[in-house]
Amino acid sequence: MLLGPALAISAVLFTLGVAGVLLRRNAIVIFMCVELMLNAVNLTFVALAQRVGVGGQVFVFFVMAVAAAEAAVGLAIILAVYRHKQTVNLNDINILKG
Amino acid sequence: MTGTAVDLIWLAPALALLGFVLNSALALWRPTAKAAVTVIGVGVLAGAFAVGVAVFSAFAGLGAEAPVVFRYWSWMPVPPLQIDAALHVDQLSAVMLLVVTGVGSLIHLFSVGYMKDDPAYARYFAYLNLFIFFMLVLVLGANFPVMFVGWEGVGLCSYLLIGFWFNEKVNADAGKKAFIVNRIGDFGFLVAMFIIFWATGSLDFQDVFARAPTLLATGGGGAVTAITLFLFLGCTGKSAQIPLYTWLPDAMQGPTPVSALIHAATMVTAGVYLVARCNVLFALAPISGAVVAGVGALTALFAATIALKQWDIKRVLAYSTISQLGYMFVGVGTGAMAAGVFHLVTHAFFKALLFLGSGSVIYAMHHAYHATHSHEDAQDMRNMGGLRRHMPWTAALMWIATLAIAGVPPLSGFFSKDEILAAAFARGTVQPAWFLFWGLGLATALLTAFYMTRLMLYTFHGPNRTGADAEAHLHEAPWVMTGPLLLLGVLSAVGGVINTPELWSGGAWLHHWLEPVTKAGAALLPEAHLSHAAEWTLVAIAVAVAVTGIAGAWRLLKPEALVSARAAPPERGFAKMLRNKWYVDEIYAFFIVQPLAWISREILWKRVDQRVLDGAGVNGAARGARALGWLASRMQTGQVGIYVTLFVVGVLAILWRVVGGGGATGGRCTPAGCPPASSRGR
Repeated sequence: MLLGPALAISAVLFTLGVAGVLLRRNAIVIFMCVELMLNAVNLTFVALAQRVGVGGQVFVFFVMAVAAAEAAVGLAIILAVYRHKQTVNLNDINILKG
Repeated sequence: MTGTAVDLIWLAPALALLGFVLNSALALWRPTAKAAVTVIGVGVLAGAFAVGVAVFSAFAGLGAEAPVVFRYWSWMPVPPLQIDAALHVDQLSAVMLLVVTGVGSLIHLFSVGYMKDDPAYARYFAYLNLFIFFMLVLVLGANFPVMFVGWEGVGLCSYLLIGFWFNEKVNADAGKKAFIVNRIGDFGFLVAMFIIFWATGSLDFQDVFARAPTLLATGGGGAVTAITLFLFLGCTGKSAQIPLYTWLPDAMQGPTPVSALIHAATMVTAGVYLVARCNVLFALAPISGAVVAGVGALTALFAATIALKQWDIKRVLAYSTISQLGYMFVGVGTGAMAAGVFHLVTHAFFKALLFLGSGSVIYAMHHAYHATHSHEDAQDMRNMGGLRRHMPWTAALMWIATLAIAGVPPLSGFFSKDEILAAAFARGTVQPAWFLFWGLGLATALLTAFYMTRLMLYTFHGPNRTGADAEAHLHEAPWVMTGPLLLLGVLSAVGGVINTPELWSGGAWLHHWLEPVTKAGAALLPEAHLSHAAEWTLVAIAVAVAVTGIAGAWRLLKPEALVSARAAPPERGFAKMLRNKWYVDEIYAFFIVQPLAWISREILWKRVDQRVLDGAGVNGAARGARALGWLASRMQTGQVGIYVTLFVVGVLAILWRVVGGGGATGGRCTPAGCPPASSRGR
């Protein structure tokens, strides 16, 4: 049932997400890349649920819920940072250091 | 258990210990209760002496050949080492028991008078009782470790009593010196014990001495020589022989009865006792025997030369003690154990008498100067003179002791000294080296007679130099002090009867009495006999030497010409060298103490301690931790991107390990789970 292609797409999406987090400096873009990684994982869960059991599908709902909560908190933080620093470029947000 | 009074042997040290405990309690809480202290302090000693007499007579009644051993409890059961808290009674211990408690009782009694005005009276008697306890442990212990406890304990008491008046730094320093020098010797004793256990597998006297002869047969001759030499190192410390004798003259800073008890009559003879106790070992090691006798003979002469020029009455006696201890070592080193022990006993009598007599003199001088508010030295013989008119008893009794130590017949010292010299001479007919020791001994006898006569002349004869004011206050000490002197005078005079040799148609009682202890060692030594004619010749020579010394001092020394210490001109030339004790203290200070202090200060303290331990160790560790922290803090850049990169790298590394890229066998995870960690490890 197309398990291989599904996992392949999931891997590609995840890698794209990681690459985005690593390479981009805009907080909003990074945030979206994180969402991409979460959804790549969701796709894996769903694909594998056909083989292993329904638990994977249940887990997808948890991930979605957490992602929603995270989006709320994350966007709020980005907004607050922007108000404070007038930028969302992560290179400029570096007060907390050793 | 023998069912006789010998079983009571534990009571002797226990009584002394009880005295220590009670007197310490009084010293802490009722220091003014001098009457109680007197009763306890002297009472326990009298009790111990009574026990000693009872044990001695009961033991003589048993006629036992082997020692009677009492094992009270197991002290160190560490198989194969088994050490019991055990006492034993044999002929040698019994003699020492009587000497320690007997002379000890008299000196305790004397102390009652001598120390009666001292504010630390109770503390003094507490220490003195403790000393007797440890001394009894030393002579009664049935194995080396128990003996070592006593050996260390008497050293401790010696330290405490030398520094008894610790308010003056010189006294405290003298105490420290005695303790430290003794520690060097004790190190020898310890090493000897280690070798003994290694070689024989036991530390009990009986086992060790029984196994020792086979130890030599199996090629252990080096071991027995090492054992005896290390033991003798201990003896040189405790018994003040070259090279460790320097503490004894300084020990005279303590109260005079202490000098009499510890630094003349009992503790310093512990080394002689040790050699006599281990006579089998020393007989097996001919080199050690020669070393013992040689060091003894050298010390005897060396100390006697120093005594010639000392002015402090107690220092003369201190060097005399060192010299006489040298005699004892000549005796025991020669293998004449009975002669050495005989001299130990007679020396305890006459040297205790001399010290207590000097104590009476110092007491009188001190009181006279105290009454006239003078600050002259009460111990300097140049300040004395003519005291026999004021203290006739002390003068007469000290003359007896002087004649005894000089070796004038028929006083006790003559017999014991003559026996040692005769034994050395007899050994010389077999091994000529002993002729040299005999010659040194004879020269010492001459000097002994000379310096003792000098002491008596300057102290008791000639004009008085105390000054007219003080002279009026000079008087004989109270009877509680003169009484013990009288008893010791009798013992010094007639003490020779315990071992009058056959030559003088005596029974040589001590010699036969000690035979069960000494015969094993004596059997291993070469036989040496002198004809009666030769012995009489030796006696004649010895007496001639003694009389020459006395007469020479009488003729040569002019007490009339002496001026008091304050006005005395400094010595010059050889006399100055003797006065300064051959500069041995200075030589030790220059070659040992100062280099040691320099190394300690400049290298160990300023380099090793301050730089290495404090600098590199303590501060270095702190600096290292701070540096590591700084390094780690460099990673906290505040750049989220770097964190994420590191995070991803970390995740990839973990995945690499878990999923099995790391070369692990069968470490691949399946949906059912991963294999246990152990099988995945590299």
